[in-house]
Amino acid sequence: MEYFFQLFFAGLTKGSIYALIALGYTMVYGIIQLINFAHGEIYMIGAFTALIVAGVLSVFNLPVAAIFVIVTLVAILYSSAYGYTIEKIAYKPLRNAPRLSALISAIGMSIFLQNYVLLAQTSDFLPFPSLIKEFEFLRPYNHILSSSGLVIIVSTFIAMVLLSLYIKFTRMGKAMRATAQDKKMALLLGINVDRVISTTFVVGSALAALGGVLIANHIGQINFFIGFIAGIKAFTAAVLGGIGSIPGAVLGALILGWTESFSTGYISSDYQDVFAFILLVVILIFKPSGILGKKTDQKV
Amino acid sequence: MFSEIKKSLLVSVWFMFLTFPIMVVKVNTIENTIIWRWENLVLVGFGSFFLSFLWRFMHNKKATKRRQDYKDALSKIFYDNLIENKKVFVPIIIALIIFILLFPKLFSTYQVTIMTTALIYIVLGLGLNVVVGFAGLLDLGYVAFYAVGAYTYALLNFNYDISFWVALPLAGALGALAGILLGFPVLRLRGDYLAIVTLGFGEIIRLVLENWGEVTHGPSGIAGIERPNFGFDLSIVGSINAIYYFVFLFVLVTIFFTNRLQNSRIGRAWVALREDEIACQAMGVDKTKTKLSAFAFGATWAGFMGAVFAAKTTFINPASFTFLESAIILSIVVLGGMGSIPGVILGALILILLPEYLRAFSEYRMLIFGGAMVLMMVFRPQGLIKSKRRRYNFESMSKKQLKERQNAASS
Repeated sequence: MEYFFQLFFAGLTKGSIYALIALGYTMVYGIIQLINFAHGEIYMIGAFTALIVAGVLSVFNLPVAAIFVIVTLVAILYSSAYGYTIEKIAYKPLRNAPRLSALISAIGMSIFLQNYVLLAQTSDFLPFPSLIKEFEFLRPYNHILSSSGLVIIVSTFIAMVLLSLYIKFTRMGKAMRATAQDKKMALLLGINVDRVISTTFVVGSALAALGGVLIANHIGQINFFIGFIAGIKAFTAAVLGGIGSIPGAVLGALILGWTESFSTGYISSDYQDVFAFILLVVILIFKPSGILGKKTDQKV
Repeated sequence: MFSEIKKSLLVSVWFMFLTFPIMVVKVNTIENTIIWRWENLVLVGFGSFFLSFLWRFMHNKKATKRRQDYKDALSKIFYDNLIENKKVFVPIIIALIIFILLFPKLFSTYQVTIMTTALIYIVLGLGLNVVVGFAGLLDLGYVAFYAVGAYTYALLNFNYDISFWVALPLAGALGALAGILLGFPVLRLRGDYLAIVTLGFGEIIRLVLENWGEVTHGPSGIAGIERPNFGFDLSIVGSINAIYYFVFLFVLVTIFFTNRLQNSRIGRAWVALREDEIACQAMGVDKTKTKLSAFAFGATWAGFMGAVFAAKTTFINPASFTFLESAIILSIVVLGGMGSIPGVILGALILILLPEYLRAFSEYRMLIFGGAMVLMMVFRPQGLIKSKRRRYNFESMSKKQLKERQNAASS
């Protein structure tokens, strides 16, 4: 039973991180129908910025908790700035082009950013300093759930709640939903669609950066390639839940996280990623629009 | 002018801010040392200042060009001439073929190897062009079929000593089988769901190759695969040249097949399916058969090329079949112009040869590659050579035919 809980929480932590990244994919997809392949790189840049800022701050002898907060905020700021800039450079000029062109542009952006970090920093794995102290009350359960894992689960939960409130109740959130439903109509009703799209990229990137900082802190090392596989997994999660749907992305991410941890724990650790993709294929065969995705009727 | 400079200054400040942590600071978290590289900041500042001028200039050019597209059709005439006028087209093709045939005589073996790789990618690009360009099915896991072909030959040769010529058709057939195997479950999916499932399929194949050590030898791969036996004894250089000619022959066969298929019954069914699935079914096109045939046909070429690749390099491992490879093949198709055969050929040559000759800046070549992909799409999203649609052209009906028609009508 203890083993079960251990796997359960491992899956939950993993799923939370996937959820943070998947939300960026699903929001961008919902609004401009683009698979933003560079999103995984935003997450990686968030983690790198955090590492650099933490390294610089270590000189000043601050308390660890303060460093953690500053690092997270700076990482979120920078990742959002990157997301905003990428949209302006690589996607905005292509808004009326064939959809595949935008996809290729996104793949190109992803390759570019990976190599940018590789050249400006290093190709080695860098150790990430531990920024979260062990909580006293968790000590007896340490083998089941580490304190950094707990921080991941709690902060993901808070981020989800804030995001849903933002989308449900603010003006911008309303504008986002309207744009996702019908871009042309939203434009006619006086919504600044360009700004909505930029905001979507900024919000998505901020969530990804949060995920990047948390996972780097949890695992303890990063390199320039971490964004790629995390990006693919998160996109899988978004599709699993039904792309374009925000609760769907979270659900898909959690299912993916649990599938991975339970299959590794009970079956074999070699095929962890294979199970994730097989799950995806199976679900899409029986429900082609994902678990919570809306089925859109095709018209001629 | 002043406002232009102000704009560029703002861009430059923004990029200096953006790249500051990653370009300037380098920390070592173990020894707690920090290196500040201020010279990079200056570099980024000046670089982005001038590039932003260039960027806006290109944008303005693109915008004005769009307006004048119909008036000033000089470039259009040039393209049309190149493709349709036999007087221009045929000599160019002949010169190209002679050049390709003489290539091993003119250049070193190293160049021949690179050229063979480029030719392999032409075939892969043309194969994927059938799936993506003609049938409109976005396949992000095309490299899986390439891997199937390569491992078919490698394993048959390694375990049973089967020769290349027996394994080659088997590799193609297994590639096609894998295509159908992938095609069945994804029949109901469309667009991006299809893309992610094919991506997943590609990753599954690669992961299985990596982890099923007893059969595939895992990440260390299979070494010592035999080069094909061309009926006479050849030195290594000779056999490299022979493979080069063989692949070139293959390219010609592929061009012939895909070109003929494009305007055949099944080719037109693919295009119809791409344009509108429901209307296409209403016109009596069997969706299942058409989609599966597109997958199978595209995958066959990848299977063939996989076997050729294994024979050429004599060593394969799963690292050759990553998602990046699929992305490159897809870029070839999109960069060249989806559905356009000359475009795909040009795209393959550029995307494969350019990074090879950029080896002088070997560190920066992937950076340039990624950046070039973005710029290419921003400034020419339809690809290098736009595919031509077949259309029934009323104006091209000759005067004589028209007169005959009028006479028939009046009498």
